[in-house]
Amino acid sequence: MADPMRIRAQSSGGSAVVRVLMSHEMETGQRKDSAGKVIPAWHIIEVTAAHNGKPVLSAEWGPAVAKNPFLQFTLKGAKAGDKVAITWKDNRGDTRTDEATVS
Amino acid sequence: MTTRRDALKQSLALAGLLGATGLFPQYAFAGFNRTAFDARSVNEALKAYGASAPLESKDVTLTAPDIAENGAVVPMTAASTIAGVRHLLVLVEKNPSALVAKFDVSDVVEPSFATRAKMGQTSDVYAVAITADGKAFFAKKEVKVTLGGCGG
Repeated sequence: MADPMRIRAQSSGGSAVVRVLMSHEMETGQRKDSAGKVIPAWHIIEVTAAHNGKPVLSAEWGPAVAKNPFLQFTLKGAKAGDKVAITWKDNRGDTRTDEATVS
Repeated sequence: MTTRRDALKQSLALAGLLGATGLFPQYAFAGFNRTAFDARSVNEALKAYGASAPLESKDVTLTAPDIAENGAVVPMTAASTIAGVRHLLVLVEKNPSALVAKFDVSDVVEPSFATRAKMGQTSDVYAVAITADGKAFFAKKEVKVTLGGCGG
């Protein structure tokens, strides 16, 4: 199981800015190890966000998203106390969900 | 006689078939658009999402540094003020596969996303907004990558 994400959601003027820092290798499948063998790709392919349980955002990512990915987006109509949940899924089938409260 | 080109073509076709039937287990997820993420050029990637050739637009903005000292972590922000945007894409033209990320915009999320991307070399970076009727608009910016972080 991967390490938890760090999520910060701050409300400002009727919307909330959500910042997420995920913990993931994001291996591209382009690099070679010291023996010259290609390191297989291992990266997040799907990210979804939910606001109080209702899905609001989905994204597809390729291997070109940087290691330990950062994502920032703005959620309209979110107020303090609301719950924001982020889920990612990688190409090995691993998945992780973390939740934060809008402050 | 089987030339190298034929052999390549056949293996590609086979890979396509396998992909279609979900025999590549690591990619057997609904929703993940393999074709788009394998596409080498910006236009190919857009085609995979059914978008027409993109037009340059002032209503799409891309924020990225002029010079990235470390190509492994290049911060970039894509945003759009066009009404009816459904997808927002970030692409790096000279990466092995151009598409970096695709965001599906819903009504409650502003079409503005910040993330960090990897860049293999100096290249044009594109932010593309695709509207509900399949029209695509882009903004681009060249980002210089200095390898080794010497600031050269």
